[in-house]
Amino acid sequence: MMRVYLDFISANLKSQMQYKLSFLLTVVGQFITAFTSWFGLYFVVQRVGAIDDFTQGQVTICFSVIMLSFSIGELFGGGFAVFARILGNGEFDRILIRPGSVLLQVLFPHMDFTRIGLLLQAVLVLGIAIPKSGITWTGAKAALLCLMILSGSVVFFALFLLSATFSFFTTQSLQFLDILTYGARSFGRYPFCVYGETVLKFLTFVIPLALVQYYPLLYLTERKTSPLYALSPAIALLFLAPCLAFFRFGISRYKSTGS
Amino acid sequence: MRVYGSIFRIRLINGLQYRSVALGEVLMRFFWGLMEILAYAALFRTGQGNFSMTFSQTVSYVWMQQVLFVLFRVVVGDGDIYSTIEEGSIAYELVRPVSLYGRWFFQSAAGRVVPTVLGSLPLLLIVPFLPGSCRMIFPSQAGRILLFVVSCVLALGVVAAFAMLMYISLFYLTSQRGIKIIVTAVTHFFSGGMIPLRFFPDRARAVVQCLPFASMRDMPLQIWCGTMTGPEVFWGMMIQIFWLAVLLLAGYAAMEHALKRVVVQGG
Amino acid sequence: MIECEGLSKTYRVARREAGFGNAVKALFSREYETIQALRDVSFSVRDGEIVGYIGPNGAGKSTTIKTMCGILTPDSGKCVINGRVPWRDRKKHVREIGVVFGQRSQLWWDIPVAESFRLLRDMYKVEPAVYRRNLEELTELLGLREILKTPVRNLSLGQRMRCEIAASLLHDPRILFLDEPTIGLDAVSKLNVRRFVKKRNKEHGTTVILTTHDMQDIEALTGRILLIGKGRLLLDGNLEELKKHISPKKTLHIKYQGKTPRLFEGIVLLEEKMDDTEAMEGQMKLSLDPGGLSVSAAIEALAEQTNLLDVSVTDITAEEMVAALYKEYEI
Repeated sequence: MMRVYLDFISANLKSQMQYKLSFLLTVVGQFITAFTSWFGLYFVVQRVGAIDDFTQGQVTICFSVIMLSFSIGELFGGGFAVFARILGNGEFDRILIRPGSVLLQVLFPHMDFTRIGLLLQAVLVLGIAIPKSGITWTGAKAALLCLMILSGSVVFFALFLLSATFSFFTTQSLQFLDILTYGARSFGRYPFCVYGETVLKFLTFVIPLALVQYYPLLYLTERKTSPLYALSPAIALLFLAPCLAFFRFGISRYKSTGS
Repeated sequence: MRVYGSIFRIRLINGLQYRSVALGEVLMRFFWGLMEILAYAALFRTGQGNFSMTFSQTVSYVWMQQVLFVLFRVVVGDGDIYSTIEEGSIAYELVRPVSLYGRWFFQSAAGRVVPTVLGSLPLLLIVPFLPGSCRMIFPSQAGRILLFVVSCVLALGVVAAFAMLMYISLFYLTSQRGIKIIVTAVTHFFSGGMIPLRFFPDRARAVVQCLPFASMRDMPLQIWCGTMTGPEVFWGMMIQIFWLAVLLLAGYAAMEHALKRVVVQGG
Repeated sequence: MIECEGLSKTYRVARREAGFGNAVKALFSREYETIQALRDVSFSVRDGEIVGYIGPNGAGKSTTIKTMCGILTPDSGKCVINGRVPWRDRKKHVREIGVVFGQRSQLWWDIPVAESFRLLRDMYKVEPAVYRRNLEELTELLGLREILKTPVRNLSLGQRMRCEIAASLLHDPRILFLDEPTIGLDAVSKLNVRRFVKKRNKEHGTTVILTTHDMQDIEALTGRILLIGKGRLLLDGNLEELKKHISPKKTLHIKYQGKTPRLFEGIVLLEEKMDDTEAMEGQMKLSLDPGGLSVSAAIEALAEQTNLLDVSVTDITAEEMVAALYKEYEI
């Protein structure tokens, strides 16, 4: 079965590459998008040099971790962006009459490779931020950084899944749910504590984005030494479970449209 | 002129059907603005004197930016315009007795005004009554509000004229997604959609302020929050009028060229 | 073996009315309409049967098919197919069914047909030997050899439909669902599709469930008809019996030369036409009820009066029957 999904990826990549100019322009566009957000952050933080007691370098770590997580999450979860269309044009019927996993059949044919533009920029910024952050890097801390990105990608993936699932229940535009994904990408440029107690609690217990950014950052900068802070990104992975359950519930409510 | 009236009416009826979309938009804009303001609050308490706007001016700027977000956005869901270009059903458009440029221009403008009225203006009923420093303060002089409104109309004109150029470019470049994403990024950033142009480094700002993008959003917002006053307002509006004229002329000429090409191809 | 019992499904849709005032009103309060797509639908199908599912648009045909395919979950009711509940045991269930939606392609748009088949082979984990045999057989019977290398987007509708049918049978399904398989096809393609389905049913014992608006499909393929209207199963029966139920009357077409025949007790004139007044040639369309007057007696009586050139006797057509059924049940 795995081979089928690999076939999907290659078929999808091939068909995206058929339109070379379009692909290239979109990658460039993603790259520019990421750069403008980075400059927007840079211009503002530059004026103060810090936000609360986090230095500019540490803010940049936050920015690039969230940006990387977002772009990886969206690279794999690209199918969710077009999910309303998949439901509307009968493609979902086709998926359901196949003996494979529904989720994988949604995702693999729609992976969005243009996201490498975003990814590339985030890696570049991370490269700048690592030496500037004032963190004394060790092997363990490097591993934690990778875990933050990995867990972050999963959380963003789950957020895309969550937004897409609402399409089972309504055909209206769900653009306001972008605040969960695009919003989180934008707000994640600062350590989540700057938004105050309430927001931080929400981002700890409801949508666990602070678990992949703020708490491990405290550990990286040695403000906290409890291993719980280093493990927090792993706890964030649990967020995927309710989102998957909700998706499954959505399938049982699926109203196939047309004929 | 009646034609334009009915375009607007259809848009409005269409928009009214989507109650939850409008409600969602209000909530999203509210929380987005609130988060921005909380971040600025943190920045201002870290280093008070380093900004060229006061905190309360920044708050006014951010709220108005959210209220008028859709109004000044270049890339919005002008669905049927895109599909007309893509599917080549342009021939049908040409047999209608209305100028295509005029119709699309007005449709673009209406497509921004309607969702703004339904989905964003309700924010204005909330944000002046928020507690503490998150509150949006209205300008005290009526004159400034009037200038703000005039500048908004000019900005909407510039946005719609620029969007027209983008549509026309799609006759030549068949990469909707790529063009949209680039245009979104550039216009958003240089029009003050991400941060007020006042927060750009000074030398960059001198240039950016004169680009057409500043005329799309930053100028009315600066008039609103009071960082642009007196003769600056006059010159700002002159720049807006200049860009509106240039973009309209360029768009009109480009449309003629594009349509000739379509006719030659037998689209 | 398919057993459905008491299947029901409802949808809720917002009611929309025209006009500006109503649009504003809808902003504050909205009326919803409940549409009952299926109400208490029960039937069963034996292995190896061909069943035609008919009814007007929006009657619930597709909803039933989609429920049996495991796509939709009904609100209530039971459906067991080969011992499984489709929507609960979806993956195992779909392995044993083949589905063709006439309106929508199940093949991948951008890649050649053969590649699509290969993807399906991997998805359904078809044994290589079995796959080779099936592919060979289907290619032969459906005449696919020339088009296997073509991307689906370049195929004609008829070619595509043949590929769709092949695609749905690569994994030897025990049940084949055909949702409007002949829609939009030309006459030759329609005949090919019908012939193939019939053969498949006979040789492999594949159960076939078919929905269609084309009564010729029904006449060519099925003995049994399920009629659905407004979500309710209205009739379940044999095509011939249904025709008799609607109208036992026969239609008599005659061509004659000579004297125009006089009509008599038990026979009703439907249409009359003179082809050639000088040669005294004409046609008549007559209706009679074989309960009162037998067909042979009528022909005999007509032949006595004039020179009959041609005679044909028909039942009502399937189309007339369906129209009559729809009228009878007010659907």
